[in-house]
Amino acid sequence: MRCAWRSETVDAKPAAIRHKAGQLRAPVVRSFELVLSRVTTFAIRGIDSLRVTVEVDVRQGLPAFAIVGLGDRAVREARERVRFALQNSGFEFPQRRVTVNLAPAYVRKVGAGFDLAIACGILAATGQVAPETLQRCAVFGELSLSGELRAGRGALAIAEGAARAGLEAIVLPAGNAREAALVPGLDVLGADTVEDAVALLRGDMPSVSSAADEGPVDEAERADLCEVRGHPGPIRALTIAAAGGHNLLMAGPPGTGKTMLARRLPSILPLLTGPEAIEVTRIHSVAGLRSDGGLISEPPFRAPHHTISAAGLVGGGPLPAPGEATLAHHGVLFLDELSEFNRNVLESMRQPLEDGEIVVVRGQQAMAYPTRFILVAATNPCPCGHAGTPRCRCTDNDHARHQRKLSGPLLDRIDLVVDVQRPSAADLAAGPVTTSDTARADAEHARERQRARLCETPARVNAEMTAALVSEHVRLDALGDRVLRTAYEAGRLSTRGHHRVLKVARTIADLAGQDRVTADHVRAALGWRLEEAGDAVAAA
Amino acid sequence: MPSRRPDALTAMPTLLVTDPVETVFGACDQCLRRTRLLELLAPHVERARHERRLGQLLALGEDELLGAVAGKRRQWVVHALETSADPSEARAHVAEAGLVAVCRHRDSYPRKLLEMADAPAVLHLNGDLAALPQEGVPTVAIVGARRATPYGLEVARALGRGLAAAGLPVVSGMALGIDGAAHAGALEVGGPTVAVLAGGADVAYPSSKAALHRRIVATPGCCVVSEMPPGFRPFKWGFPARNRIIAGLADATIVVEAAERSGSLITAEMAQDLGRPVAAVPGAVTNPMAMGTNALLRDGADVVRNAQDILDTLLGSGAQRLPTGPDPALLPPPLLALLDRLGARPATAAALLLPGEEADGVVAGLVELELLGYVRRSPGGAYVRAAG
Repeated sequence: MRCAWRSETVDAKPAAIRHKAGQLRAPVVRSFELVLSRVTTFAIRGIDSLRVTVEVDVRQGLPAFAIVGLGDRAVREARERVRFALQNSGFEFPQRRVTVNLAPAYVRKVGAGFDLAIACGILAATGQVAPETLQRCAVFGELSLSGELRAGRGALAIAEGAARAGLEAIVLPAGNAREAALVPGLDVLGADTVEDAVALLRGDMPSVSSAADEGPVDEAERADLCEVRGHPGPIRALTIAAAGGHNLLMAGPPGTGKTMLARRLPSILPLLTGPEAIEVTRIHSVAGLRSDGGLISEPPFRAPHHTISAAGLVGGGPLPAPGEATLAHHGVLFLDELSEFNRNVLESMRQPLEDGEIVVVRGQQAMAYPTRFILVAATNPCPCGHAGTPRCRCTDNDHARHQRKLSGPLLDRIDLVVDVQRPSAADLAAGPVTTSDTARADAEHARERQRARLCETPARVNAEMTAALVSEHVRLDALGDRVLRTAYEAGRLSTRGHHRVLKVARTIADLAGQDRVTADHVRAALGWRLEEAGDAVAAA
Repeated sequence: MPSRRPDALTAMPTLLVTDPVETVFGACDQCLRRTRLLELLAPHVERARHERRLGQLLALGEDELLGAVAGKRRQWVVHALETSADPSEARAHVAEAGLVAVCRHRDSYPRKLLEMADAPAVLHLNGDLAALPQEGVPTVAIVGARRATPYGLEVARALGRGLAAAGLPVVSGMALGIDGAAHAGALEVGGPTVAVLAGGADVAYPSSKAALHRRIVATPGCCVVSEMPPGFRPFKWGFPARNRIIAGLADATIVVEAAERSGSLITAEMAQDLGRPVAAVPGAVTNPMAMGTNALLRDGADVVRNAQDILDTLLGSGAQRLPTGPDPALLPPPLLALLDRLGARPATAAALLLPGEEADGVVAGLVELELLGYVRRSPGGAYVRAAG
């Protein structure tokens, strides 16, 4: 690579300068010389960013504009956007042979986020911007034909990439500035138009000081547990789930409040920690779900409809995008009407639940999407929802099919099963039992105990404990051991269920603030679980 | 499935009649022909039931049966019978499926069945051959609704377990609901139990009971029985026909739960026709699934509360005493209070919670009661009091 070109270009040609829109100087006619400029930008890959260098070569020849470097259609169309955006903003578009390379060339480039970088590269190569201003700075943004900058996806991931790469500043659309400002130690230069961007690069315009501020919590959307009347059992199960990160299944007739309960789980989950909030914000930004750009501090809640595809749920698709499971990272994934989901969709949940991430492979690239969420599933006891009562209109086959759907890999990963029945009149009259704040305080308290215990392990919560961690941290007293053995011998517990019961018992003990897991904790843990599928077959 | 017959027998199918083992098991040519005829006529039997009762039909001789059932298809059926009723072929077919055929002329054929005019010509056995209930072994049928309540399932299971524990074979139809629960109860103590199927004895029907079918076949003292040849798929009439074998094999028939018009009542009626005791488990008068059983009780059926009641009826009062269930009086007061809260109707833990009560405590208490044997958790998650 040649090194001397920068100083040559700058020295030889003072840039064609323009101070205000519409007030143009006559285009400077340059003599031919070999000019190459480089601009740093970033591509979104998975939920992370990848450094991409935009190389622009302007040389004599027939006027042409080519973009190479494995771009998609949107990247190819950048030619038109960049050309007219520059011309409409009063810059000169060189009537020469312009070649743009997006390096590394083996990475597929997707979307219009490279526009501004290409435009800046051309300006630098033609001497309209001093190339050294681009040296310590990343550039990102989509152009419109008029030269305006449009906010894009994944600004946080890109800003993080810029900071990681040791760059000092980032120029991006003003609509993305607030989000990018969440990254410490990076000068965030928000621009509305390509002229502003150039002015910012030159230092003609003061950079917008953007301190990281927390996004306001959406008070209107916040649902509170105190709005739920008469479900003391399920509320307790939710608290246990929140405290220990356990997956939960709610079974019960339609209209008994399963969905209402599930929507309130985020309100009792501990608030996201700093790194968690950044991670969640980055994911939602990459998915294009954030418009205000603030930090997300509430655990996310995602409730995909049961017609969702496997790619929609776990991520992937032709243009890899995070799925609902990833959007629910550090929050709650709610699958209502579990038995209505396609079987292959439920099967695809196996890896995310097992590993806490899903790896999507496209071409030669593997992208990992994190998927550590609490799964809350809801189901009717049978297709019509009235199983066991004379109102049930389902045939035996319907029941069998329903049961088959529910069994399998998903149910193996569910620690808590709770019945949600119609509340009694007495319960309804009793008034609110628990508020989200008290339940959240309980869960936080239990999490603190877990953190202290598991601090030197990869697990954060009881539900993530491996078999080895369970045997290390869940010590039963003699009576508790006997209860567990009796349950096992009575066929009430499978070998697989054994660990799950111990984990839940550990969480119940944590909620009670106790170090030892007693027989009562084990019994309660057994009670918060459905009998194993094998027993159901034998008993029915 | 491997054949249960000694190798010498499979090697010489044509000599079976003279073999000493064949005088105990095996089927004669005539009975195999009768089974083949029934198989050929199976699609037409349903139509003929409009005119004659099933029992009457199945009691008819070959010629009359053809006349009553085949109708216009008579010639075709006769032709098929003459060309395909090769007994050695039928024997090979049975052996191939791993079954053993027993015809009414063999010593191991249950005497009790011969009291019926329409006794099946051949029984196909899958499992322990010694499981066929013989003379002098009191045998009990437990039948009932497919769509049973948790209460009915619990009672059927407890009856099956109690009777099997006392050594009485439990006969039922391996259907969903009560039948399956009765078999499962008997298997809990290792049998004996006999499942009578409407289709071939090698086919698990309904398919959701495949696991139960496997367990019955594999457990000593238990077997699956069918009148029809291996692989046969039943028609509608096959189920009342199956019921007559259940009633015929049993010395007493217990109906656990039955709606007003239920197949289980047909079994009870058949048992009554044979002069065998019929008993029923009482249910709530408002429960539609107890209408049939309560009607039986009003008509004079014996009341069954537990396995002991049936033992007293069959063996004489006090002849054999079953161990009684756990005594609630021994429970600590909080658990006793919780048990009392669980009334006659099944209830989930959530339904038993009093306002303001600690949920974990109730849930843990119910599990403790369950592990002690006082209550039982039904597949839906509701708890029922355990039947004695």
